[in-house]
Amino acid sequence: MNELKATRDGYGEALLELGEDKRVVVLDADLSKSTRSEKFKKKYPERFFNVGIAEQNLIATAAGLAASGKIPFASSFAVFITGRAYGQIRLNAGISNLNIKIVGSHAGLLTGEDGASHQSLEDISLMRGIPGMTVIQPCDFIEAKKATKSIAKHKGPVYLRLLREKLPIINKEDYVFKIGKGVLLKPGNDVAIIASGALVHEALKAHDELKRENISARVINIHTIKPIDQEIIIKAAKETKAIITAEDHNIIGGLGSAVAEVLIKNYPIRICMIGVNDRFGESGKPKELYKKYGLTKDNIIAKVKSLLRYKDKEVQK
Amino acid sequence: MRKNIIKKLEKIALEVRRDILEMTTEAGSGHPGGSLSATDILVTLYFYKLRHNPKRPDWPNRDRFILSKGHACPALYSCLARSGYFPISKLKSLRKLGSFLQGHPESTRCPGVEASTGPLGQGLSFASGIALAGKLDKRNYKVYVLLGDGEVQEGNIWEAAMFSSHYKLDNLITILDKNKLQIDGTTKEVMDIEPIRDKFKSFGWYTIEIDGHNFNEIITAFEEVELVKEKPKVIIANTIKCKGVPSMENKLEWHGKALTREQLKEVLRTLK
Repeated sequence: MNELKATRDGYGEALLELGEDKRVVVLDADLSKSTRSEKFKKKYPERFFNVGIAEQNLIATAAGLAASGKIPFASSFAVFITGRAYGQIRLNAGISNLNIKIVGSHAGLLTGEDGASHQSLEDISLMRGIPGMTVIQPCDFIEAKKATKSIAKHKGPVYLRLLREKLPIINKEDYVFKIGKGVLLKPGNDVAIIASGALVHEALKAHDELKRENISARVINIHTIKPIDQEIIIKAAKETKAIITAEDHNIIGGLGSAVAEVLIKNYPIRICMIGVNDRFGESGKPKELYKKYGLTKDNIIAKVKSLLRYKDKEVQK
Repeated sequence: MRKNIIKKLEKIALEVRRDILEMTTEAGSGHPGGSLSATDILVTLYFYKLRHNPKRPDWPNRDRFILSKGHACPALYSCLARSGYFPISKLKSLRKLGSFLQGHPESTRCPGVEASTGPLGQGLSFASGIALAGKLDKRNYKVYVLLGDGEVQEGNIWEAAMFSSHYKLDNLITILDKNKLQIDGTTKEVMDIEPIRDKFKSFGWYTIEIDGHNFNEIITAFEEVELVKEKPKVIIANTIKCKGVPSMENKLEWHGKALTREQLKEVLRTLK
């Protein structure tokens, strides 16, 4: 069993290392304990600013800091930072293309007991629609840590989506993170499961079970949802002719939509999207919610099988 | 000394008002009302107060000016052009396809524009960010930001008011262009902002109230607020929408509408 750690912890740890660069400043809106930006606050109190419960001010102040040559990381819950400050993000990170790092933690159904109001299922869609925005969702602690360091070097606005729950660590310390580059986790030629964030782990479990039934499933981790790695997606479509996407987000506007946009232009085949089916969540334990809303390895396996039946029919035609 | 300065500023203000009317008529749209009410404040900043270098718009020690009420950009563009950021002849391109003089100002397109603005309520936060960076970097520049009076109805303004007071941003100087009119009517009818001075005071700000068309009072106010430490400051400037054009003054209809060419000819004769 792999060690368990949350992606938000990767963010917190990376900030500590990034603090050596004096240009790095961190802002939070009264959630620094939860987002883990508190770590930075303790080591570099003079460059940490709590704005209180005021997300609009969080982003627009970060914008002023970015315009003055700072590298601001602004963190809060995904649902608040993307929802309550959308106009500030659009104007400053979008139109002015300022170097703001927008960090939303506690994304998705995985947020669990807090319920629908706190479970961000539209944030990727909102951020992906802003021209010039880079959108990243790491799948484990190491990837989150490397992604945080990587976006500090990247010039331009970034949305980093983080999760509350501890997840297995699947990457090694020497893992090389590259913005915009998909990661082939498991080879396979019958079907390709393209996943992001927490669903990467469900995809890996599905891979192992399918293998026992002699179904060879390719697993691809898409950490950068925008700009998306077109090459790895088109290649998977050509070689497997069966694509499944899996994410903890509304099926409208997230990873599934991004993959569909690539395929419809380059290699149109039927794809199956696993995600939250255009509805809001509810309170419950993360595991219970994943089961109820179909974000599990079992649902991935079921969808793989039905997609393969469809593929066979297409081949026979 | 002061007399000569004021004489110079009055002359420039007249040119800027002429620019505003000509630009918006040429564009066939735009916001003359709020541009004309802010003119004397902007002229005092660009031609007397700001420490800036139009040849080096990115000079790190420059004073910053943020036009939070971005729709008043014709006044800003005219001041930038007349300071030397770009040729005055370019003003005619306002709002036209391909122009760097967008309908609302954009920092990536227009030299001298510090922040993209237009959606109201954000400029004070942006200015606070720059003021904070100035403190961190131990630079002694000042950050000036102009707000509209209707604009303070935005919640973001009060988030920023609390923030800049909490972090003691005494390098932040806000001017409230209180022209008392907004799109749907008077601020009193639409959403009363009074007592606005007490509101800022209660947020921990240093406040002062002046006639926003009296150069002597504007200059004195800028000098006075410089002496105040550990607090952000607001200069509440009582202004007149469309100031300088008697036939348009205090008339709501000129918030977001340009004069026709015929009207322009008529009006330019009465400009003061």
